[in-house]
Amino acid sequence: MKLLIFAGPPSAGKTAVIRRIIRELNGEYSLAFLKIDVVRAFEDEELAAEFGIPARKVYSGDVCPDHTGILVLRDAISWADDLGAKILIVESAGLCLRCTPYTTQALGVAVLSAVGGTNSPLKMAPMIALADLAVVTKVDLISQAEKEVFRERVREVAPAADIIETNAVHGTGLRFLMKAIREVPDITDPDGIVLRGMPPLAVCTICAGKKEIGWQHHFGIVKTLDSADDLYRGE
Amino acid sequence: MEPSAVSTITVLPGRAKNGSRESFSEITIRPGDTVSIVGPTGSGKTAFINDIEVFACGDTVTGRRILVNGEVPPDEMVRDPAKKPIALITQNTKCLADLTVREFLDMHVKARRIPDELRPERTIQLANEFTGEKIAGEMRMTALSGGQTRSLLIADAISVSSAPIILLDEVESGGIFKENVIASLKNNQKAVLFVTHDPLLALLSDRRIVMRNGAVETILEPDGREGRILSRISGMDGFLSRMREKIRAGELLDGEVRPE
Repeated sequence: MKLLIFAGPPSAGKTAVIRRIIRELNGEYSLAFLKIDVVRAFEDEELAAEFGIPARKVYSGDVCPDHTGILVLRDAISWADDLGAKILIVESAGLCLRCTPYTTQALGVAVLSAVGGTNSPLKMAPMIALADLAVVTKVDLISQAEKEVFRERVREVAPAADIIETNAVHGTGLRFLMKAIREVPDITDPDGIVLRGMPPLAVCTICAGKKEIGWQHHFGIVKTLDSADDLYRGE
Repeated sequence: MEPSAVSTITVLPGRAKNGSRESFSEITIRPGDTVSIVGPTGSGKTAFINDIEVFACGDTVTGRRILVNGEVPPDEMVRDPAKKPIALITQNTKCLADLTVREFLDMHVKARRIPDELRPERTIQLANEFTGEKIAGEMRMTALSGGQTRSLLIADAISVSSAPIILLDEVESGGIFKENVIASLKNNQKAVLFVTHDPLLALLSDRRIVMRNGAVETILEPDGREGRILSRISGMDGFLSRMREKIRAGELLDGEVRPE
């Protein structure tokens, strides 16, 4: 089974790109889909209804969604495997642009919207840097000049990443993405899958709903005004 | 291959929406050609333009194939916007960045590494040949009118992108001097394909591709036979432009009544 991990900011067009992939590859492969989100998500129901593929979601609630994604990923691989899926597509919530949810033995895809402005790849650098592929959506909406500069900015952050420009509504330009997916090797050792990078995934007491202000009230990774370094406070 | 080395683009037939094969054997487009694409809504006009834009290789809904100089184009030409010999301008195409016209053109010239300091100024001059509303370098891109934006993007495609093929998808033609645009594209040896409902633009093209049910139905080559109606429509278009200017200038139109 192949593992595809999609990350990208909200409304970048992650689901539109995934829908294109399912339309193209459904039948050639049996597919399964997992959406990770915070409080509400509809992608699983929509994709299951539209394509009849097994799809489910996980709500992270008060915990960081990318952290949740990593915690449940091993279970998700077993779930998809038991269903006989040949491709598991995982879509992140896309909230924290500091996260790199990509793992080994997977294809990591960052989906970015061209309308985010030419500096947005620099701002989302960590999310792009460890991806195999950057899919740039909505390119029909911006000028040629911005298109070219956007590509240079992605290049700056991820010199080796493959960049694919698309208008995912029409599906233009996605042939190179499909080719990359067909060439992704299967997972060989699911228990050996690790994160590619070190994302800042601290689950702190604020994430978990403790509302008091001031580091004195919190545990885990904390910061003080005067110290530039992170401190760890155990319970 | 450099974009300037493109001497022909060939469209090979695909399928209509009902699966039947298109009847043409191939459509070849050369520098200096003007081709309009007409047909009812949903007939496949935009799909035709998109096939060319992505260099379809049987992988789009139409199944058409696009060749460059008679061959399948190299990946690099298909994928890198700076190496692509095609500029697509749609009615949605905009400069989103909050830049002045000058900064916008400087950004593009810099991205292309064009060693020519005068290029942005020359591009503005060219854009001003296409529109009556004068564009200045210090204007903000976001404050340009529709006509100014389209004129500038077309001038940018001609003079900065140096794209030998320009695709215009239902670019609304209000506020631009259509005949100047077409003449300039021809003079600069650009091939231009446009999806249009505008009678003047349609008649200004050398060839008219008529779409129906997702397929090319016929290719008309008027070859001068529409000359009389063209000059009449051109006169009417000029009349409408003059009236538009007068209305904008706050005049009362109590004098002129005849278009010609």
